[in-house]
Amino acid sequence: MDSFLAMGGYAGFVWPAYGLALVVMIGVAVQSVADYRAQQRLVRELDAGKTARPRAPARSLGDA
Amino acid sequence: MAGMSELTASQRFQAFANPARFMALSDRLLPFCTGATALLLAAGLYLSLFASPPDYQQGETVRIMYIHVPSAWLAMFGYMVMAGASAVALVFRHPLADIGAKSAAPIGAAFTFLALVTGSLWGRPMWGTWWVWDARLTSMLILLFLYLGYMALWATIEEPVRAGRAAAVLALVGSINVPIIHYSVVWWNTLHQPASVFRIDGPAIATSMLMPLLIMALGFTLFFMTLLLVRMRAEILRRRVRVLRLARTEG
Repeated sequence: MDSFLAMGGYAGFVWPAYGLALVVMIGVAVQSVADYRAQQRLVRELDAGKTARPRAPARSLGDA
Repeated sequence: MAGMSELTASQRFQAFANPARFMALSDRLLPFCTGATALLLAAGLYLSLFASPPDYQQGETVRIMYIHVPSAWLAMFGYMVMAGASAVALVFRHPLADIGAKSAAPIGAAFTFLALVTGSLWGRPMWGTWWVWDARLTSMLILLFLYLGYMALWATIEEPVRAGRAAAVLALVGSINVPIIHYSVVWWNTLHQPASVFRIDGPAIATSMLMPLLIMALGFTLFFMTLLLVRMRAEILRRRVRVLRLARTEG
């Protein structure tokens, strides 16, 4: 196990490379999903607001 | 007036017909894409860290290759997706193409960043330097700046149609950099080694290292496609929010 972690003396290069890849890829994934959920919530709120108080029926938002 | 609002309604329907179909399709695809990405990345990590041999010259540092090379491929693949979608957006005005190009940029930029930093971490022990201003490294840095410039352009122009058009032109002009990156190791003297997988005479790399590399590359590609779908869905919803808000302030 120790020799695996030591990476033949190159631990200081191999592990940061893998660690950074993990951080960056998880970071992009989390940000993408969080943004998607936020937009979903906004659409839900706007749709709910629309049915709650319908106004200006001639230019209703049904087609948007 | 009634006729006019009917026209905009049908125009809006046309604009949203394809995104609506995309939403339905991507919703069904996403679980499979996510599962396949997780499986491939897990297998790729196992192969590259445990089940592959150290290189006879480079020792254990060769393991950096399994993330560096796929990152660099995806950095260029992402730019080609972005530039291709931008061309379709400019010529056919298809809303999904615009959305696809915009959504590909941050993922491609992330992989470009990873390729640069993991390359630096590999270069230090193997070349004795973190960085050289040679053609391959410099053109890769320019790729990162192109991505960032493209994203900045989207962020600075408020109106999506105008932002999309300006950004698409930038993406197309910048696409000249992709063949420069690919051939940089052939055209100019460099510390960077030439291509060892995409060669006319076949891959010049041992199977025990080629397999982990290809599995990892496939995993990275699926990761890219999965996130592209998620980001495109988010972008479609963002535009819907914008239209709903505009309509509300008008009403």
